[in-house]
Amino acid sequence: MEVPILKQGHYLIASIQSALTDADLSQLREALIQRVGKFRARGVIVDVTALDVMDSFAVRTLRDIAHMARLRGAETVIVGIQPEVAFAMVQLGLTLKGVSTALDLEEGLAFLDRQAQQRVERGQGRIDRG
Amino acid sequence: MATRSKEQPSTPAGLPAPMQDTAALLRELVAHLRQNQTQLREEWARRITRAQLLTAMTEEEIFAEATSVYDNYVEALETGTFEALQAYARNLSERIIPRGVETHEVVGIVLLLRDVLARSLFGKYHEDFDKLNRILDAYEPAANRIANTVAVGFVQERERIIRQQQEAIRELSTPVLQVRERLLILPIIGVIDPQRARQLTEQLLRAIRTNRAKVVVIDITGVAAMDSNVANHLVQTVEASRLLGATVIVTGLSPEIAQTLVTIGVDLSEMATVGDLQGGIEEAERLLGYKVVPLEELAPKA
Repeated sequence: MEVPILKQGHYLIASIQSALTDADLSQLREALIQRVGKFRARGVIVDVTALDVMDSFAVRTLRDIAHMARLRGAETVIVGIQPEVAFAMVQLGLTLKGVSTALDLEEGLAFLDRQAQQRVERGQGRIDRG
Repeated sequence: MATRSKEQPSTPAGLPAPMQDTAALLRELVAHLRQNQTQLREEWARRITRAQLLTAMTEEEIFAEATSVYDNYVEALETGTFEALQAYARNLSERIIPRGVETHEVVGIVLLLRDVLARSLFGKYHEDFDKLNRILDAYEPAANRIANTVAVGFVQERERIIRQQQEAIRELSTPVLQVRERLLILPIIGVIDPQRARQLTEQLLRAIRTNRAKVVVIDITGVAAMDSNVANHLVQTVEASRLLGATVIVTGLSPEIAQTLVTIGVDLSEMATVGDLQGGIEEAERLLGYKVVPLEELAPKA
């Protein structure tokens, strides 16, 4: 089951529609990382609204996506974690520490916009040629 | 045991001989108890007062209830069925528990009645020892069962009420309140057991999603004591809220609780804390981009 990845401006949006096998998750990770480079994306949103359950492999994959994306210059936001899923995750100690999260797609996009804004304001990446 | 109507002095034909005997004895016993009901009830009520039971009730109330209990008792003896007695016991318990009547009192008065009636039987049959024995053989099992039914009925009613109250307390004390757009407040009061902690967290997470909250202020001013379990629940709640995109600010930590948390070694790096609720709300508003200023400061410049 291939996860559709949409491009919206400088952002990539991966919308998970149903439960994924470990292979599907790995494939998603590969696909996202490739496209971050190909489109020089600045942000990645992974929407897990449709997932009723997330196991340790899924959580680890999301973390990997976030770390890898950051290495390639993109900020990642996981959106749409359901209350029941969030509860189960913390009980099992599956954390997404260091990974940004937001309530839904709208919030996720707003977050990425703010991040981009802050990067501009901080002058991040500017090397003084003086 | 077959149910017999009170009016007919029936001959239970078809029953084995010993049972016939028991049935006849019980009828005789019940007749005696009915004949002497006024005097026996009064004797019983007197002994209740002497034993200082049912102090929460007035004498009139005791007498009224005594009448009902006595009638139900004799009825159970007569019919050998206990459903009516069970229903009555629960009904009675529902009425007297709010009055503060305790288990030992209920068990006490039933045993007193048992005793009063037994002594009355001694009095009547003391000259015929053999008959007395047979009467008691008929009486004892039934009387035991009655005492048991009433006591168990009372205790079950008490347990039902306790469960009800616990539920009410739980519902009372976990409101999640929206005080601004995207800002929720969860004031926690009282004791947090694992079940309540779980309920709190689930309620909060649902509220975050429904209200699209971005900041939550959890105030624990009213939390009496904090142990490692509660602290962990708190940390989990903060983390779970973050997964839904909400920032949590914990306020109202008493010096004792602050000390406990540090001593336990709970990971507080992810938890933002502010001393009191006011400070917490102000910080939350700041995070959301609000600034509260007195109206005077908004006056147009000259």
